[in-house]
Amino acid sequence: MLGPSADRRRPLALTPGEDLVGFIASYLGRAVLFLITATSVLAVLLILLFVILRSTPFLREFGVREFLTSRVWRPTADEPVFGALTLIVGSLYVSIAALLFAVPVGILAAVFLSDIVSWKIRNVAKPVVEILAAIPSVAYGFFAVLVLAPWMQRRFGFSTGTNALNASMILAVMALPTIISVAEDAISALGRELREASYSLGATRLETMVKVVIPAAHSGIIAAVVLGMMRAIGETMVVWMASGNATQIPHPWWDLSQSIRTMTATIAGEMGEAPEGMAHRSALFAVGVVLLLMTFVLNIVSEYFLSRAKKATGKS
Amino acid sequence: MKKMLFSAFVFSLVTGIAVQAQTLQIDGSTTVGPIADAFAEYFKRVHPDLDITVKKTGSGDGAAALVDGRCDIATMSRFMKEKEFKDAVANGVFPVAHVVAMDGVCVVVHPSNPVGALTTAQVREIYADKITNWSQVGGPSMPIVVISRDTSSGTYETFDELVMAKQPMGPGVEYVNANPQAHARVKTTPGAIGYVGIGFLDREVKAIKVDQIAPSRQTIASGVYPVARPLFLFTNGYPKLGSMVHRFCSFYLTEKGQELVEAKGFVPLTAY
Repeated sequence: MLGPSADRRRPLALTPGEDLVGFIASYLGRAVLFLITATSVLAVLLILLFVILRSTPFLREFGVREFLTSRVWRPTADEPVFGALTLIVGSLYVSIAALLFAVPVGILAAVFLSDIVSWKIRNVAKPVVEILAAIPSVAYGFFAVLVLAPWMQRRFGFSTGTNALNASMILAVMALPTIISVAEDAISALGRELREASYSLGATRLETMVKVVIPAAHSGIIAAVVLGMMRAIGETMVVWMASGNATQIPHPWWDLSQSIRTMTATIAGEMGEAPEGMAHRSALFAVGVVLLLMTFVLNIVSEYFLSRAKKATGKS
Repeated sequence: MKKMLFSAFVFSLVTGIAVQAQTLQIDGSTTVGPIADAFAEYFKRVHPDLDITVKKTGSGDGAAALVDGRCDIATMSRFMKEKEFKDAVANGVFPVAHVVAMDGVCVVVHPSNPVGALTTAQVREIYADKITNWSQVGGPSMPIVVISRDTSSGTYETFDELVMAKQPMGPGVEYVNANPQAHARVKTTPGAIGYVGIGFLDREVKAIKVDQIAPSRQTIASGVYPVARPLFLFTNGYPKLGSMVHRFCSFYLTEKGQELVEAKGFVPLTAY
C-alpha cells in the first residue's frame, strides 16, 4: 500500500511513455493469462482430435456399422473381428446399475446431512464421506477380487464372483462421495426461507423434504447424479479387476451375476500389446472415441443442470 | 571422487572387463522381467558404475525397442514373429536369441475339484466355451468358470499358441491382468479353471495333468509337459565377447544365475 505522501508525488496524468508501458504491461498480462487458459482448452480439443485421427484408419477399413453392432471382439485372432457392442453395453450396464445403488443412498444421505443432522456432526461426516473419493481405485479393486467376489459366491451361489454386480457395487461406493457432496451443496444452498414457509403452512418435516426441498433442488441433484455417472463410466482399474472382463452381453439381460467387460477395461488391458500401425490399436482408439463422446454428453448435461441450479438459488 | 575412480579402475582390472558401455538398456516381457531384474540387481552390486534399466512393457514392445535400437537386450517370452524379424533385418538389426530359462504354464483348478487330468483338446474346448460344465469331463455338475490372462500378457500368448492352437476363446471367458490375480480367482472359486506360471503353484490351487503329464521342473525343463516354453533374451547379433551385454546374456549359465532363475519361480535350463 502506498502512503499518502507517495500519492502526492505521482503526477495526476501519466506521461505518454508511462501510459504506453502500462498499456503494454496490461496487454501482455492478459495475453499470458489467455495463453494459460487456452492450454487447457486446447488440451481437450487436441486430445479429441488425436483420438479421432488415430481411430480413422480402423473405421475406414472395418466400417462404423460393424464396430457398433457386432458382438464379437476378437482382436488378436488371425482374422480379427472388432465388435464393440458388448463393451459399450458393458460400460452402460455397470454405470447404470451403480447409479441404481448409489442415487437413493446418495440423495438420502445428502438430505440427512443438510437438513436433519446437527451442524457439528455434519461438519465431521461430510469430510469423512469425501475421504471415500481419496481411496485409490486399485485398493477398491483388491477388495472386490479378494473379499467381495468370494463372498458373493458363498452367499448367493453365483458361479463367478467377478461380475457386473460386483463391479457396480464398488462403482456405487466410488460414486457416492460425488453424489452426496454435490447434492448436499444444492440442497443446503436453498436457504431457510423455503423451508420456513413450508413449515409455516403446516407441513411436516417429511413433507417439507419430499415435496418442497428435493423438488426445488432437483437441478443440482440431477447434476450430482450425472457427475456420479461420469465417475462410474470413466473408472478403469476397478472394473478391470472386478467385472470379469468377459466379452458378452448377459443373457437374460437383467442377470447381473454374469461377467461383462467395459470400454475402459478393454483399452487399459489391451493397449500394451497392440502394436503400432495395426488395426487393433486403431480399434482401441475408436473405443476411446465412443467413450469420450459419452462423457462429453454427460458433461454437457451436468453443466446445464448445474447452471440451472445456480440460477434457481440466485433468484430465491 | 578420485578414490572412487581409482577403485573402479582397480575393480575393472580385477574382474578383467574392458569397461566400455556403462549403460545397459533392457526392455520387453513382463514374464521375463523378474529374471532380468534379479540379474540386473546382481550386476549392479558387482559393477557399481554400471547403469542398468529394466523396462517391462511386453514382449512386442521389447522387440520393437530392439528393432529401433532403443535397447541393448529385448526380453521376450516368445520367439520373434516373422514380421518383427523382417523389420529388424530391414533396419540393419540381426536378432539373436539366448534362452535363459524355461517357463511352464500350469493349468490349475480349485483344490476341491475332483478332476485331476484333462487333455489339451479338452482344455481347448473349455476355453472355447464348448465344454461348459465339469460333468462333461468327469467332474461334478458345476458350471465351469473359465479364467484367462489378458490378451497382452506373454502367458496368454503361450497358452493361446500351445493349447488353443489359434482357436478363439469363447465370449464367456473372464480375463485377469496378473498371475497372482489368476491364482486368487481360482483359489476362491470352486468351479474355476485357470492357468499360471509354475512359480505361482502352491497348495491353494490344484495343478492338473495335461495329456497325462503333471507339471514339474523336470517335465517342463525337458519339454515333455505340453504347455512349456523357453524364455528369451534377444540381442542385435551375438554380443561382443566380454562386453557387458555378453556377460549379461550368458549369466544364466553360472551357478548364481541358475539360483536367481529358480528363486523367481522359473525352471533353469540345466535342470535336465
